[in-house]
Formats: sequence, structure tokens, C-alpha cells
Amino acid sequence: MGVSAGAHPGAGSESEVKMTVPGPRNDFPLLKTQVRTATDAAHGSADLSKRMETQQVNIYYGKRHAVQDVSIPFYENLITAIIGPSGCGKSTLLRAMNRMNDAIPGYRIEGQVLLDGQEIHTPGTDVITLRRRVGMVFQQPNPFPKSIYDNVAFGLRVNGLVKSRAELDGRVEKALRGAALWDEVKDRLNRNALQLSGGEQQRVCIARALAVQPEVLLMDEPASALDPVSTAKIEELMFELKKDYTIVIVTHNMQQAARVSDFTAFLLSGQLIEFNPTPQLFTRPADPRTEAYITGRFG
Amino acid sequence: MKSRFTDKIFVFLCLFAVLVVIAMLAAVLGNITYHGWDRLSWEFISASPTHGMTEGGIFPAIYGTVLLVLLMAIFVVPLGVCVAIYFSEYADRSSRLYRWTRAAVDNLAGVPSIVFGLFGLGFFVQFVGGGVDQVFFGGNLTFRQPAILWASLTMAVLTLPVVIISVEETLRAVPQSFRDASYALGATKSQTIFRVVLPNAMSGVLTGGILAVSRGAGEVAPILFVGAAYFLPHLPTKLNDQFMQLGYHVFVLSTQSPDVEATKPLLYSTVFVLLALTFLLNLVAVAIRARLRVTAGSGR
Repeated sequence: MGVSAGAHPGAGSESEVKMTVPGPRNDFPLLKTQVRTATDAAHGSADLSKRMETQQVNIYYGKRHAVQDVSIPFYENLITAIIGPSGCGKSTLLRAMNRMNDAIPGYRIEGQVLLDGQEIHTPGTDVITLRRRVGMVFQQPNPFPKSIYDNVAFGLRVNGLVKSRAELDGRVEKALRGAALWDEVKDRLNRNALQLSGGEQQRVCIARALAVQPEVLLMDEPASALDPVSTAKIEELMFELKKDYTIVIVTHNMQQAARVSDFTAFLLSGQLIEFNPTPQLFTRPADPRTEAYITGRFG
Repeated sequence: MKSRFTDKIFVFLCLFAVLVVIAMLAAVLGNITYHGWDRLSWEFISASPTHGMTEGGIFPAIYGTVLLVLLMAIFVVPLGVCVAIYFSEYADRSSRLYRWTRAAVDNLAGVPSIVFGLFGLGFFVQFVGGGVDQVFFGGNLTFRQPAILWASLTMAVLTLPVVIISVEETLRAVPQSFRDASYALGATKSQTIFRVVLPNAMSGVLTGGILAVSRGAGEVAPILFVGAAYFLPHLPTKLNDQFMQLGYHVFVLSTQSPDVEATKPLLYSTVFVLLALTFLLNLVAVAIRARLRVTAGSGR
């Protein structure tokens, strides 16, 4: 477990990778190229800085121990994927990172969740500020039944972040550009967001999250309700977004984790089984359970 | 074979029951329309009663009814919405306060309307009105008397459960995902309620309001002691004026008239107007809901 330095040969040729990689790799023909880009990003720079981190986090719903002793670092400007079968606690863990679980009756969390080294569960933590810094995109596209403009402007308005209409216009445009949606919708900003396609709706939700300029973006299976073309667009967008944001994505789609992420955490029954650079986890998993999962033997 | 026979009998009985309901409604409406149609005219709707209510129209009663339910709506809708928000968004369902207020609302709906009338007389007219007179009018009799203000407040108490239940239902139907999205953007709970949840429950607020209005327009008992007048030579202009009301006017025409036979045609026409008004309000409620559903689905 942990980021093992030198676990990957780094700039090896494709054939080299092929030779050293056993069984599971063959199930992921796409991985060959992705291995390099992701690895270069992850290992190329020595100064990986942790933007967020969970330390020995335990989460309970009443008596149910949903997340057990999970410690994961989330590095700045990288994408960390959390994978695992349904009910493994991956969404629960993600939602703990901006305290979206707080209102659930019987919910209890132990251990530490750090944002820039600061514990987010202290009594003095302002949840409103936390959620502005740690944005979230949900599984089902959930735009408000308002205009595209009002959707994107929502966070700016409720937080009182803009002083003038002109400034608001600018921030909305910037957010929509950030979500690669501006050119598609700039002529119909006053249209109801529900009239858009599912993929466009999800990008409105991403733009809405970006508008308040968060530092971390939590994505809870953001493409699971979308068709393949829309999914590809969202993934493409994630590559762009990681230049400016730290991204955590929960997914049960292993190919997606392999394509987009730099690090992957594998959760099983609430426990962290393995955390490693994505190429390594998918090609030479350290734990036999990881191997069993990624080769499709369960889940 | 036998079970198939009883099955047929049962279907027949159900159909018969449905027919009875339809026939009764048709009989009521048909009878009233048949007898009331002749006297209906613009004059009937726009003029005051004359000649000991055997001639003239019912305009003061229509005016009083509309004024009454409008005032009532102004009181009952905000109050009902607040209670519904508390029930749906804030209350801990296992708390004692929630269970008690819940039981209070449910029981309020079951209180006979004449009791509301007595309550209005005792509480609003005597207690509140008396207090207002003491404090603001030096004890001069101003508000400690039956008035449209007290009648509309009494009616508001009566229709409160209607509004609460209608609004609460729609609030609960607002998807959790909207709330999640709002919280995730850093909105507070009250911002989430007023900017996301409540706007998505507007159809319930309007429906609740209109149901309350149509209920209020038809009730007579609660206003017997708190403001409805037998006959007034002028329209109410102040909050402490008495007023005429359609339902009460029907009662007056049918039992209190010096010449019951002479008022009969007027009576039918008055009932016709009352029914038409209530149906119209319900129609408006349905239309608004349908319209809101369309706008929610396709642009603002």
C-alpha cells in the first residue's frame, strides 16, 4: 500500500511494459497508452503535494461500519479514482470529504479528513466555506429546473461572491467555458437546463460547481447515467480540469478509472485494499483481491 | 361457476354505485340550473337586493364572499407554508414537538366548522378585538364586534390544514438531488429552502391556496357569529365592517325571508352563482397546476 517509489520503470518502452506485465493487463487493451501518460504525470514530478487526505477514517451508519480505517492522499492537480463494487463505501467516503453526509441520521465519522492540512470536522469548521472549496458533481445530472444561466450563477449568488451583473456574466461564461459548454449554449443561456441532453446537463452541473472556484472537485460516478459519447466528453473535460483542480472520482467503471486517473484506490467492504498509481494498480496489482476485482471475478 | 356469478354481481353493484353518484350530482346541478337560470341576468349579479330581498340582485354577497376569501388567503397561505416547511424540512420526526403539532393539524381538520365560528367569536372578536379596542381606541367599540377581519381570520384557521397538507406534500416531492446540489454549492439550509425547494413546490402552494379559497367560499357556519350580515345597505370598506356572503345569503333567503315563496327563484339563482364560483376556482387551480407543470418541463 502507499505510493511505492520506483515501483514503475517510468519511461519504459511499450514492449517493456508488455513483457513485465502479467495476466490482467490483457483485459485492458486501452491501458497500454494510458499507462504512460498517467504514470508520467504521477511519477514525473517528485513534488506531489497533498491537497486533501483521509487518515484512518472510520464511518458508521448507526451500527453499520461503512468505511474502515481508510487513509488515502489526494494529490494536487491529479485525478484520484476510488473504485470498488457497489456498497463498498466509496460514495460514502467521497461525500465525507465535503461533509454531505452530516444530515444523515445515525451517521458518525472518526479519524481525520484534511484539506490543506486542516481537519474539516472540527466544530469551528464552516461547512459553507468547506463546500465552496470542495465542490461536488453527482451521479445523476441534477440541474435545477431553472435557466442554464441561473444554474451556473446559483453558487455565486447564494455565497454573495459577485458585486455586479457584469461580473456575474463574466464568471458564468468562464465557468461554462471551463466545462467546455460555452460554445454550445451561449445563445440559449435563458433556456431551461432540463431541456439539454443528459451529457450537457452534467456539464452544466460541472460548470455550476466550477463557478464558485473550488480547489477540489469530487465526482460521484459523473458519467454512469450517460451515453458513451457524453462519457467521453466528460472524461476529456477531466483531463483539462486537472490542470487547475484536484479531482477525486468515484466510479464502478474500471476502464474509466484506468483511462482518466493518476492514482486509484480500491475499496472492498469498507476497507482500502490497495492504493497505487493507476497503471500499476491495473497492471500489477499488489493485492490478489484487487487482481480478482479488476479481472472481473467479482463485483 | 358460482364464484364467477358473484364476480359479475359485484361488478354490477360497483357500476350501480357509480351511477348513483353521477345521478345525484346531475340531479342537484340540473335542478338548480333549471330553476335558477331564468332569474340570472347581469342585473342579478350586479345589483343589491331590494323589496325585502324578493327583488334585485346579490352583488353585495358576491363582493363580500370574494373579499372574505382573499383576506383569508393572505393570512392562511404564508402561515400554512411556514408550518409545511417546518414539517417537511426542519422537524425531527421522532421529536415530541413534531408529533404534537402534527396531531394538532390533523385534529384541526376534523373540528366541526360551527366550533370554529364560536372560537372566532370568543377569541378574535371578544379577546383580540377587545384588546385592540382597549389599547388603540381607548375602550371605544371599534374592533370588538363582528367584522370581515375576524371572519377571514376564523376562516383562515379553518382552512389552515388544507394549505399545510397540500404544500407539505409538494415540498416532500422535491427531489433530494436538488437539495444536495444546493448544499454542495455552499448554500445554507434557508437559502436551499427559499431558492430551490420552495420554488419547486409553487404548484402546491397555489393549489393549497385555491383549495382553501374554494372551501372558504362555501363555508357558512364559521362566519355566522363573526361578521356575516343579514343585509347591508352598503359594501364593506373597512376591516371592521360587516359583510354579506353568498352562503349566508342562501341561508337567509331560504329561512329568514318575510316571504319565502317570493324569494324562491332568487334562491335558486344565488345557489347557482355560488356553485359556479366554487367550480371556477377549482378550474383555475387545475389550470395553474397544469401550466406550472409545463413550465417546469420546458423553459421558463
